Amino acid sequence: MRSVREPLETLEIDVVVNRERIRRAVAARRLLSDFLREDLGLTGTHVGCEQGVCGACTILVDGASVRSCIMLAVQADGAEITTIEGITPAIGLNHMQRSFEQHRAVQCGFCTAGILMTLEGVDPSNYPDEKAVRELLSGNLCRCTGYQNIVAAVLEAWSTAPDGPR
Amino acid sequence: MKPPPLKYARPDDLSDVLTLLAQHGDEAKLLAGGQSLMPMLNFRLIRPSVLIDLSAVSGMDSLTVDGGTLIAGAMVRQTSAKQSHEVSAATPLVVQALRHVGHLQIRNRGTIGGSLAHAAPAAELPAVALILDAEMVLRNSRADRIVHASDFFRGPFTTATTPDEVLTEIRFHNVAGTRTTFLELARRAGDFALAGVAALARVDSDARTISEARLVAIGVSGEPMRLSEAEALVTGAPCMRETFREAGMAAARQVTTFTDLHATAEYRKEMLAVLVSRALSEVAAQ
Repeated sequence: MRSVREPLETLEIDVVVNRERIRRAVAARRLLSDFLREDLGLTGTHVGCEQGVCGACTILVDGASVRSCIMLAVQADGAEITTIEGITPAIGLNHMQRSFEQHRAVQCGFCTAGILMTLEGVDPSNYPDEKAVRELLSGNLCRCTGYQNIVAAVLEAWSTAPDGPR
Repeated sequence: MKPPPLKYARPDDLSDVLTLLAQHGDEAKLLAGGQSLMPMLNFRLIRPSVLIDLSAVSGMDSLTVDGGTLIAGAMVRQTSAKQSHEVSAATPLVVQALRHVGHLQIRNRGTIGGSLAHAAPAAELPAVALILDAEMVLRNSRADRIVHASDFFRGPFTTATTPDEVLTEIRFHNVAGTRTTFLELARRAGDFALAGVAALARVDSDARTISEARLVAIGVSGEPMRLSEAEALVTGAPCMRETFREAGMAAARQVTTFTDLHATAEYRKEMLAVLVSRALSEVAAQ
C-alpha cells in the first residue's frame, strides 16, 4: 500500500497575492485573513466578526469573492489572491473608489474594502438595478451609511465605466 | 475566535481520505467548503485534531445530468450549481433553493455535499434532497452504500453518515411533469430562514386538481420536515386558493416549533402557513 501524506501542523504554501508569488510556511490553524494582515502586512483587509457574517474581510480567491476569516491560509495553497491593495492604483483611486468618494459612500470606512472586493468579483451586467445591487451587498454589513450612498455609488460607477458607458 | 491547533491534509485521492479517516477516526473532521465548519472552529465549538480537506480530491466536483437526475459530486460549489443551465433545466428546485443559501461569498466556497452533511435545521438543500428523493452515496475504506434522503437526516446537525464515511455524491431525482418552488422568510437576504418551504406539485390540467404534492418545511424544527398532513389535504383537491390556505394551516398544526431571539413559535407557525399557501399557489399555477 502506498503511503499517505500525513496531516501536518505547519505547511509550506505557494500563493500569488496581488500578482506577487509568495512561498511561506504557515500554521495549519492560521486564518487566511490573519495570514494577509499579519504575515504579509496587507492590513487593508479588515477583520470584523471573524465568523463569516460581516463581510469586512472579503477578498478574491481565483477571482471569486470569499470571506477570508473563514478560510485557512493552507486552503489557499496554489490559489491566486487579490486584496484591496491589489485593486487600488499606486496613485489615486480606481473608478469605483472615486464613485464612493464622490457619493460620500464611506463613513467610518471599516466595511469599505470588503464591499469593494465583493463588487470587484462580479460581472456588473448580472446586477442591472438597485434591487439586485442591494441583494449583492447584503453579504457586507455597513453600520454607518444605511447603504443609500453606497448603492448610488455602485449604480453610477457601473453606468459610467471608465472606458465609456456600458 | 481563532481555530484551535490542528493538523491539516489535502489529499488528491479519495482512497487517501478514507485511509486518513480510518486512522484518525473521531479526531478527524472533513473540510468541504468550510462555510459552517470554519465558524465552528473559530468559536471552538468543535476541536478536531485533524482536518482533511476534500477540495483537491479528483472527481468530487463533477456535475452531470442524466435524464431527470442530477448527479452532483459532494464538492460542487453552490455557485457553480446555481449558475448551471443544465442544473436549472434538469432540477429547477436545486437552483430555486440555492438562491436562498447564504450570500454570494458563502456560495462561492460552500458546497452541495457540505451543506447536506452539516444538516443545519434552517439549511435549504436538505429540503431539496427530501423532495427530490435524493440518494446519498457514502463511502468508507471497505464499501459504498446509498442512503435515501428520508433516512439520511436524523436531527439537528446529525445524519446517517458514520465517522469513517465520506459523502461523495448526491443524486437528485426530478419528477417529470411537476412544478417546484422554494420560498423562505428571513430578516435579511442571506440570513437563516425563520421558516421556509420547498414544494413540488403535479396538476391534472383537465380536472384542475392536484394529483401529487410534496412539501418540506425548514427552519421550524431540528431537521427538514415532510408536511404530510398538508400533502394529504391537497392531493386530489381542486386548485383553489381556499385549499392552499387550509393546507398552510394543516402544515402549521403539524409542526412543533420553537421560540428564539429571531421569532416566536407562534410567528414561525403563522409564517409557515403563509409560505405553504403561497408555494402551492405558485406550483399549481398553469
